[in-house]
Amino acid sequence: MDVLTENFSLYGEGFLGTLELTVYASALALVLGFVMAAFRVAPVGSFRVFGTVWVTVLRNTPLTLLFFAVMLGLPRFGLVLPFEVFAVLALGCYTSAFICEALRSGINTVPVGQGEAARSLGMNFTQTLGTVVLPQAFRSVIPPIGSTLIALAKNSAIAGAFSVTELLGTYKTLSELGYNIIWTFVWIAVGYLIITLAISAVFNLMEKRWGVTR
Amino acid sequence: MSRPPQASALYDVPGPHARRRHLLYGLLSTAVLLGLAAWILYLLFDTDQFTAVKWRPFLYEGIQELLWKGLVNTLKAFALAAVLSLVLGAVLATGRLSDHRPVRWIATLLVEFFRAMPVLVMIFFIFVALKVQPLPALVTGLALYNGSVLAEVFRTGVHAVPRGQGEAAYALGMRKTQVMTFVLVPQAVRAMLPAIISQLVVALKDTSLGYLITYEEFLHAGKLIASNLDYDLPFIPVVLVISPLYIGLCMLLSWSATWIARRERRDPRTKGVDVAPAAPVPTLPGRE
Repeated sequence: MDVLTENFSLYGEGFLGTLELTVYASALALVLGFVMAAFRVAPVGSFRVFGTVWVTVLRNTPLTLLFFAVMLGLPRFGLVLPFEVFAVLALGCYTSAFICEALRSGINTVPVGQGEAARSLGMNFTQTLGTVVLPQAFRSVIPPIGSTLIALAKNSAIAGAFSVTELLGTYKTLSELGYNIIWTFVWIAVGYLIITLAISAVFNLMEKRWGVTR
Repeated sequence: MSRPPQASALYDVPGPHARRRHLLYGLLSTAVLLGLAAWILYLLFDTDQFTAVKWRPFLYEGIQELLWKGLVNTLKAFALAAVLSLVLGAVLATGRLSDHRPVRWIATLLVEFFRAMPVLVMIFFIFVALKVQPLPALVTGLALYNGSVLAEVFRTGVHAVPRGQGEAAYALGMRKTQVMTFVLVPQAVRAMLPAIISQLVVALKDTSLGYLITYEEFLHAGKLIASNLDYDLPFIPVVLVISPLYIGLCMLLSWSATWIARRERRDPRTKGVDVAPAAPVPTLPGRE
């Protein structure tokens, strides 16, 4: 218990670091994932190829390798940014591939008849998409997106090993200060549990509110 | 890959006008993408990534051996983690499907806890707090995480087997162990094989976490080469060599999952079989 109370500010800093990483990377992943999903269902062939390559490559890349390449590779091109930005980039791009797949399978669950009916009522492309197809797809993608974002929060731990301030990284300072290592990790674990449980609670609420009843 | 979905809720089958427009978009975007690729290549050239001195290390036998040893270590960690997580998954799934409430509770608690923890936290805990060697620490962490995910996969698989199968087996007088081992589990594993392999891909990808706890795996070997001043810090060349191998390995495994899934769908044994109408049979055996 002492470990937490005596180092509350250190833990708090780490916790906020993880939270920040998670929020920014989630935003990037959602936006990029949406764009890539749009590419993958586009009628233009080269967009589809690009989306497919993006997803296939990133889904099969170990995240550590991606971090390694982004954090230590991009500076070689003269692109020097703070480590936090690199971490958000790596995490966001990696997760966007999974978000894209979730969105795409959500779009595929909308029956073809829905789109056909909308078009036969004279709706144009934007109306079909905005008022008929996407609202239905949105309902069925809530659970998979939730679990993807939880995975993102957990993956953000890797950033700590690449000298970004976040929760897991606090163990180093604390063990140097000579605190009990087991309790140090217990509180780190609690911190991660708070974040992942919070995300899953939010998505449970969203699903109750908007989810499809099956 | 590039064929449009046959029927989509998103847009109508394009007419000649739209097709021309799509072709134009396609050409334009291809040009943009090629431009992007060319720009990246130019950047690579511009920052001297293709100079001979940076690629020379890959010609040396010692360095090839180092990379090879790293790859072997990665595969070793993967094999151990895969086997252990399959075993652990089976044990935990058995626990979750148990008839005894305490066993079920404990198994559920373990599964939920290990699924909620970041793998890296577990690996670091085992490595730092319990002072275990890198390889066992990595393998244990991966096995705990992937094992508990696999437990859920197994469990949903068993629940997905049609209920009549289990009921029929019970009606034949089988005990629960027999029902599980002879009837439910074989069918569940067949159905869940793609999901199981996809989880193994996750395990393979996560072996690279070993790099962070100084396990001498593939990425670690790459880092050693990349930080060599004699070769002018050949960082980009190392990434260009390592990532295709890593990604290729994972893709191979992923594709085997999709391949199995596709075969499964074609397999006559998993489809409804036409049963011949009941014909009159001798009521007692042996009285033809």
